[in-house]
Amino acid sequence: MATPDRVSYWNKTRNLMFLMLGLWVFFGYIIHMFVVQLNNIVILGFPLGYYMAAQGSLIAFVVMLFWFARKQNGIDEEHGVAED
Amino acid sequence: MANTTSGGSDFTANLGRIYAIYTGGFIAFIILMAIISAMGVPNVIIGYLFVAFTITIYAVIGILSRTMQVGEYYVAGRRVPAIYNGMATGADWMSGASFVGMAGTLYLLGYDGLAFVLGWTGGYVLVAILVAPYLRKFGAYTVPDFLSARYGGNLARFIGVIVLFSCSFTYVVAQIYATGIISARFLGLDFTVAVYVGLAGILVCSMLGGMRAVTWTQVAQYIVLIIAYLIPAIWMSTVKTGIPIPQLMQGQALQGIAALEAAQGIAVGHATPFSHGGYNALNYFLLILCLMVGTASLPHVLMRYFTTPSVREARVSVAWSLLFIFLLYFTAPAYAAFAKWTMLDLVASGLTPENITEKAGWMMRWAAADNALVQICGKAAVDAAAIAAACADQGVTQIAFSNINLNPDMIVLATPEMAGMPYVISGLVAAGGLAAALSTADGLLLAIANALSHDIYYKMIDQNAPTARRLVVSRVLLVLVAIAAAYVASTKPGDILAMVSWAFSLAAAGLFPALVLGVWWKRTNSAGAVAGMIAGFGLCMYYLLGTRYGAVGFYEMWSGLSTASPEAIAKFVDLKAAVAAAAPDAQAAAMTALDKHAQTMANWWGVKNLSAAAFGLPVGFLVMIVVSLLTKAPSPAMQEFIEELRVPRGKQMMEEKAA
Repeated sequence: MATPDRVSYWNKTRNLMFLMLGLWVFFGYIIHMFVVQLNNIVILGFPLGYYMAAQGSLIAFVVMLFWFARKQNGIDEEHGVAED
Repeated sequence: MANTTSGGSDFTANLGRIYAIYTGGFIAFIILMAIISAMGVPNVIIGYLFVAFTITIYAVIGILSRTMQVGEYYVAGRRVPAIYNGMATGADWMSGASFVGMAGTLYLLGYDGLAFVLGWTGGYVLVAILVAPYLRKFGAYTVPDFLSARYGGNLARFIGVIVLFSCSFTYVVAQIYATGIISARFLGLDFTVAVYVGLAGILVCSMLGGMRAVTWTQVAQYIVLIIAYLIPAIWMSTVKTGIPIPQLMQGQALQGIAALEAAQGIAVGHATPFSHGGYNALNYFLLILCLMVGTASLPHVLMRYFTTPSVREARVSVAWSLLFIFLLYFTAPAYAAFAKWTMLDLVASGLTPENITEKAGWMMRWAAADNALVQICGKAAVDAAAIAAACADQGVTQIAFSNINLNPDMIVLATPEMAGMPYVISGLVAAGGLAAALSTADGLLLAIANALSHDIYYKMIDQNAPTARRLVVSRVLLVLVAIAAAYVASTKPGDILAMVSWAFSLAAAGLFPALVLGVWWKRTNSAGAVAGMIAGFGLCMYYLLGTRYGAVGFYEMWSGLSTASPEAIAKFVDLKAAVAAAAPDAQAAAMTALDKHAQTMANWWGVKNLSAAAFGLPVGFLVMIVVSLLTKAPSPAMQEFIEELRVPRGKQMMEEKAA
């Protein structure tokens, strides 16, 4: 079953997975490593570092998942492996 | 929906209307309660009505959804639309700990508590991209089902069941404990009795209809819990700032907190990172990791995605789940900030042992329900006399913020009283807390009972068991597990959040490598998977149990890796000498002191035991990869199986043979 089309399908799926994983690492960890510096920026009373952990990263996760579901579905359809 | 044949499609088409009517009905009920409360009906009656009304609705849904079909019982017939499955997952996911405990933890830990908010949301990214769609394609009934198919046989299945049982059981105990606390406070029941009342509420939802009943009650429970969570937060935000958007006005609350903290000489600010409760940066990030990976491995969450009609719907459903969960989790920090602001204001208004009954009578009511919940000047604040005596002992005349010790598990439940809201809001919050705890307990119990009945009984003991007998066995096991969990909860073990976090580490270390590599790395074979699961889970369990229950021995064995300070080591030596020197009748007390101290030092590189998967997870991956490479590659048939798993199109791979 490892036809060229399947291989290309899986490569695209895998690349999307790694992109998502990269964004996940960024919003889950990297940005919070700079919390002390970000806290010097205050917007609407929120220290920015605190804001990112309390709301910012969460919003990013939600948006990422809806985008991912659409993108992956696009890949499925392009390669004719989407469900009917 | 009482129809046990395919009549469900009619029901599915009308879902939107049914739940809209339900939501309207619930809001009307709240208004009715507010009216009769204003007419002078006593508070305890209002509390009873809230609990009775909501539990009755869950029970009615549970009974209407009863079923005798295996597919309905295990995976709700795979007909749950993405958005409703998202809502059900939200309720399944948000436990008593999220509802009752999280804002309290944020209140206490400030910035550092946000590790829980991040960890419990970000994990869904892993669920969506790595695991859920592939498990849906396979078409399993339980997570161990997949392990058995992918890793050829019952050994992998059995280890999967052990991991599932270990993490889900501690978790369900925490849920029943939460229902006990809530019922004890709002219904005035004895805690032990309250635990069994909670148990009845759980069983009525899950026993008759399995996954189908649990799904539709969880949707109803989500609606109750989110309303109950948002209303007090909106209320506080409106009272304090005039704008009813707590998430936005949290900024102003943070400023208010910072100003009051500075005025009262509190050194470590609410928004200061890495400085509360021993969360240094290392533990903060490791905890986030363990919670996120644990999310992607907890069987009761993953099995929710077995119920969607397709792989595509499963992916969208994860996004909906996170959106519904997000609504509560991005409110929690605001909730905590407003509650803290209110408390700091209360203290700033000049709180003394003489005027505390008048200014904060709620503290005494809570302390009376459970002595551990409110302590002032180090003693349970049961009445004015007790507070006066305790504070006189410590020479405190003006009660400061630091003199008041509130248990994090009560903050959310007590906030309405703290902020002076009418009692109807307290009743609503109690109903919300119950909904959160009951819905999670339902999901967990079902996960455990399904693993025992489907994986152990049907797949390993009697493969020829007829459908009717399988479902009876399933229900009997469900009741037995529930009773055992209620019994353990009635002994009041640990605090809720810590127990729940253990479950995450256990699931992460035991299941995550096997699930992820099973899909993403074809070379993983049975030997590797089995060895990796045992190594990861075993190491995680050893660290959890060793640092918590065998701290003295653990420290002595691994003193080279501990980050204990020289003073702590000197104190350890002294306490150990004291145990040796103690008279026989003082032996136990000396040992307790030694053990308590040892728990602060028993660690590897300072990692808290909440993050035990920090060791188990990498070891699990490593062992799985190394052993797989050293042994034979999976057969061509298995390679084909994985190819098939990776594409959404095509039949679902595991079919019920005698449907």
